[in-house]
Amino acid sequence: MHLEEFAEGSSLLHRLDPRVKFITLMPFILLVAVLKGIELPLAGLMVSLVLVSIARLPLKKLMNRLLVVNTFVLLLWFFIPFSYPGRQLLSIGPLSLSQEGLLYVLSITIKTNAIVLATIAVLGTSEIFYLTHALLHLRIPEKLVYLFFFFYRYISVLHEEYTRLRRAMAIRCFHPKSNMHTYRSYAYLVGMLLVRSYERSQRIYQAMLCRGFQGRFPLVRHFRMTGKDILFLAVMISITIAMAIIARW
Amino acid sequence: MHISEGILSTPVLTAGAALAMGGVALGLKRMDYEKIPEVAVLSSAFFVASLIHVPLGPTSVHLVLNGLVGVLLGWMAFPSILVALALQALLFQFGGFTVLGVNTFNMAAPAVASYYLFNLLVRRGNRAVTAVAAFLSGALGVGGGAFLIALSLVTTGEEFLSVARLVFLAHLPVMLIEGIITSFCVLFLKKVKPEILEVGM
Repeated sequence: MHLEEFAEGSSLLHRLDPRVKFITLMPFILLVAVLKGIELPLAGLMVSLVLVSIARLPLKKLMNRLLVVNTFVLLLWFFIPFSYPGRQLLSIGPLSLSQEGLLYVLSITIKTNAIVLATIAVLGTSEIFYLTHALLHLRIPEKLVYLFFFFYRYISVLHEEYTRLRRAMAIRCFHPKSNMHTYRSYAYLVGMLLVRSYERSQRIYQAMLCRGFQGRFPLVRHFRMTGKDILFLAVMISITIAMAIIARW
Repeated sequence: MHISEGILSTPVLTAGAALAMGGVALGLKRMDYEKIPEVAVLSSAFFVASLIHVPLGPTSVHLVLNGLVGVLLGWMAFPSILVALALQALLFQFGGFTVLGVNTFNMAAPAVASYYLFNLLVRRGNRAVTAVAAFLSGALGVGGGAFLIALSLVTTGEEFLSVARLVFLAHLPVMLIEGIITSFCVLFLKKVKPEILEVGM
């Protein structure tokens, strides 16, 4: 299972210190999430687009992602403009389209896309294990980081188990339909997956103890901030602060 | 089952983050170092299981299984669901980082409720009691989650009422499927590997 679709590359964002990535991205997307109106979210979207172009992301894959994200947003377009109080633009039978409602959904759409694009451009361009390592430096509880580490590590392993079980079912002529037999088979599939994961986790822990695990992972490689990291940090934080000041105004 | 970014209001986002942090802290406290691989690899299994699409009439639904996560992991459902949602936010942009707290709480709170209501019944009960309790835990997981999602939308603004209602109604048939699958799955686990039902203790 290939999960890290955007992590390969050599752009500025790919080479950025993962700690800097978290420190710059989190305030930015939190700010965009709470913005109101159209102009400021648009400014946020511009910043995100610049980040995307710096990261030189593959456009086709990026579009696929945006498509998925925007399906829920599309649902909002069908409902909110008709139920939001405000000046009527158009009324069809009992439904009335309000201008404020339209602007509100537009604002949501811009914000959603801005946040998603920024996240892909900044975090998507790092390998998950580097990001996990960075989380340790950012004072995220150790146990939570280790949990994330193992969780991510074993997804592909269990996905293999899963495909093996599916193949075994296919060989036995399993065809999913809406009936009890299907539901029971899927339930046993999930159950078997859980049993195997549980047994595997026991072996993993025993192997860790054999190698002298005492509650923490030794880190061999360390991050080093360079001039580019500091520049990126300064620019992104200034943009975020500037946008926050304009928003308060 | 999650809300995308840029939709919810600031108070809802903050409240969700605070509640989720509390839950995660409690979960981490119960998770000793030796339990980390257990909880983590079970979480990976749940993550993979959520890729399964189950046919339901003319459409199909994907498994959520937060009720089952709750019955198995108890309070550790909070960190377990948090890492899964964080990874989805990171890799697929389902949900997202700004709504991570809200989404975690919406899924994990019903999971913990399932644990307290049904774990004992599932472990101690006879076959029929186990089946019913497991069914209810599966249904409560999804139903409670859908209710909390609807609630987060409505507290953001009244104009979300119709969307919220739709979200909740759309999850009613999923509750049934999740209940059935959870029920069979728990019966299977009880027979094959009853220790799994004690991981959350």
